Amino acid sequence: MAKRIETVELSCYYGKTKAVDDINITIEPKSVTAFIGPSGCGKSTFLRALNRMHEVIPGARIDGKVLLDDEDIYDPAVDASAVRRAIGMVFQRPNPFPTMSIYDNVAAGLRLNGVRRKSDLDAAVERSLRGANLWDEVRGRLNKPGAGLSGGQQQRLCIARAIAVEPQVLLMDEPCSALDPISTLAIEDLIFELKDRYTIVIVTHNMQQAARVSDVTAFFTLRGPGEPGYLVEADTTQKIFTNPSEKRTEDYITGRFG
Amino acid sequence: MTSLTTAMPGLRAGSLPRWGIGAAAIGAVLLSLLLFAVTPMQGTADFLVFAAAVIVVAITVSSWAVEGRRRAKDRLATSLAIVFLILTMLPLGVIGFYVFKKGLKLLSVTFLTHSAAGVGPLSSGGGIYHAIIGTLEQVLLASLISIPLGLLVAIYITEYAGGPLATAVRFLIDVMTGIPSIVAGLFVLAFWVLALHQGFSGFAGALALAILELPIIVRSAEEMIKLVPASLREASYALGVRRWKTIVRIVLPTAATGITTGIMLAVARVVGETAPVLLVVGNNDFIHTNPFSGPQSSLPLYVFQGAGSSSQFDVNRAWAAALTLIVFVIVLYIAARLLTRRNALKQR
Repeated sequence: MAKRIETVELSCYYGKTKAVDDINITIEPKSVTAFIGPSGCGKSTFLRALNRMHEVIPGARIDGKVLLDDEDIYDPAVDASAVRRAIGMVFQRPNPFPTMSIYDNVAAGLRLNGVRRKSDLDAAVERSLRGANLWDEVRGRLNKPGAGLSGGQQQRLCIARAIAVEPQVLLMDEPCSALDPISTLAIEDLIFELKDRYTIVIVTHNMQQAARVSDVTAFFTLRGPGEPGYLVEADTTQKIFTNPSEKRTEDYITGRFG
Repeated sequence: MTSLTTAMPGLRAGSLPRWGIGAAAIGAVLLSLLLFAVTPMQGTADFLVFAAAVIVVAITVSSWAVEGRRRAKDRLATSLAIVFLILTMLPLGVIGFYVFKKGLKLLSVTFLTHSAAGVGPLSSGGGIYHAIIGTLEQVLLASLISIPLGLLVAIYITEYAGGPLATAVRFLIDVMTGIPSIVAGLFVLAFWVLALHQGFSGFAGALALAILELPIIVRSAEEMIKLVPASLREASYALGVRRWKTIVRIVLPTAATGITTGIMLAVARVVGETAPVLLVVGNNDFIHTNPFSGPQSSLPLYVFQGAGSSSQFDVNRAWAAALTLIVFVIVLYIAARLLTRRNALKQR
């Protein structure tokens, strides 16, 4: 189910501006990989390039390759929608569909991709909500609006919505930055459970979070304002946080820079 | 700021009590009455304007005396805002009152269910059933043309067209908004009725109304679609949902409330259009239900012709028809509000 992602000389552009420069990284299946780095270093851009969400922004394009189990997702014959079904995404701010109930939010991905049978949807909704640790809190009010939940619940609803379409990889763009510590803890626990089944990539500004949840940590930075971001090193989280190979990584992690 | 040693006043000190404002206003009215009694000033409208001005001055002055300059400015601004609000609402109220007063005399079930067939200017009776039919059919047809077109154009300029093309379309739509209704009528007259030999018909009127309705729908729908947060589109794309499905199932439902209101306003706007209908619908005192051939009537047209007549019977009938038209528009507005509220509740 979980698949490996590998990028080959991946650069991302907004119009003429290069935002991310020449990144080669391999993201192993059934593991959690954290991207850390200062603001503006391109980690979110790079993340969005991994499931072709980058190109949704007008003028945005990439150079290089992204391989999902050796298949280039930027091959002209590949359908972007199919890529995004295989590589799901959770955003910084919870964004449940405001016109839909909790049930409909979770079922949205399946319904809009053609699943019709009620029993299939019911099963998928329960499985996804259980997977997102939200089932017990919402089981009695599945037909209430998703926007009526608390921020932390909304974010878990968005995770449930993302895993309902059974992706192989789950990308999370600072999923806890808009949440309080208790909701953050709930999401971190969830990430820990989800890695048994999915490849997870998480962008975070919170280094403790990276240290807590991830197996591998990749450190991004930039040479100066307006310069493209680049990958400094990627290694096991243990090594990055105790004995990084690069001086820049150590400076960032110990708080001397960034 | 007289002196730093001034004792700290109580919390309620230096503020005008509620009755103080009322007293100032009543005093101002009494003063105005007195002035109108002893000076050559006269007339109801003059009195209202004069009294309003005196009330504003009285409230400001008394506030200045008791509360000081800062509060007095606040009172002045507040009372000016209220006075202008009333001045703006006044014409609306007067029009409504006058039309209801004049129109209710004739309005009856008979009036609403009979045509004007065989009813001359010198006879009473007759009705507007034929005009109601005409208006309903013409507006319905116009909406059937302009709502789908308008929505598609709005979707196109917000979701698909980028850069100069969208700007060009938007500019053309703006120009269309500015088209005088008589020009829309003339265009349909010259093109559809005369050049294509289609003759007068309700459908020709519907075409002219559609030209007027289209830009209103496009602009309001465009604004509403733009308000849908990009994060919802992204959430949908990230689920692997295709673009058109994202638009149809996520974007449009989210904007539905506002789009509905915009459509209702556009419909209400063209219901009362006289000029285009006057040119291309023809005229018909008989009940004519087929909008596609032969002249029809319509409510604005009926009002226009009746109001210009020298017969008091015609004028009275025009008032009753005008009232019907206004009630129809009000009902539309209320329906739009109710629809909006129902959807808003569902979202919470």
